[in-house]
Amino acid sequence: MTEANIIGGLLGGALIGLAAALLLLLNGRIAGISGILGGVITSRQRNERFWRMAFLLGLVAGSGLYRLFYGALPLQLQSGLPALLAAGLLVGFGTRLGSGCTSGHGVCGLARLSPRSLAATITFITLAMVTVYITRHLL
Amino acid sequence: MLIFLTSLVIGVLFGLGLTISEMINPARVIGFLDLAGRWDPTLAFVMAGALAVTLPLFRFILRRPCPLLDRQFHLPTQSQIDRRLIFGAAIFGVGWGLAGFCPGPALAGLASGNPGVFLFVAAMVGGQWLAAKTSG
Repeated sequence: MTEANIIGGLLGGALIGLAAALLLLLNGRIAGISGILGGVITSRQRNERFWRMAFLLGLVAGSGLYRLFYGALPLQLQSGLPALLAAGLLVGFGTRLGSGCTSGHGVCGLARLSPRSLAATITFITLAMVTVYITRHLL
Repeated sequence: MLIFLTSLVIGVLFGLGLTISEMINPARVIGFLDLAGRWDPTLAFVMAGALAVTLPLFRFILRRPCPLLDRQFHLPTQSQIDRRLIFGAAIFGVGWGLAGFCPGPALAGLASGNPGVFLFVAAMVGGQWLAAKTSG
């Protein structure tokens, strides 16, 4: 692993925070990506699906713009296809059941001082650390 | 109509943030989660940068009676820390640790064109659908 990216982390993090604040101020919505995706999959209202699709389209376009101007994305996969398949299923299932992910609970929920989000964030970070320990050091 | 435009533009900002912060990089995420390896604190700075903005701004924004483009705020209504929340967060955590991807970075990472990212996103959509079917 290379050195920590402190400037990029702070700057990118602030941009994520700014986007979340704007979505709340303008549209009155929480920028939780799993929830936004979930609404695209299961909402029956057209308008609900449309703003969510627009947001997700923007999300992909954002990193697409980065790729266009700076070259390759900083993305190095750390697991094979079977693990990616299993991980995707777990992430989709778990975020739906637990009503949120890193952005919804971790960024927006904590900012609202929600006890539910604090409990969820501690739980998923702990389980992720345990999983990394088992898969990268024990297996 | 304006709602769709703001959603799109804010999505772009969010995607840029995920990329600049390298949150979309599973190597960084796993480096952060790997306390027993060469620990990479980058992700802690991403969280700190985001919360430094959302903590004060959310407080300020939620004092308003309503958002600028809607008649009401759409906020989560549940307040109980129940088994479903913890169980779901735990399952999510296992998946996050397994591949180093959570939903936002995986979706933004589609722009890389990497087939592994597409597989993850397809499975994630399947997982969400499955959870919606089995537990509402």
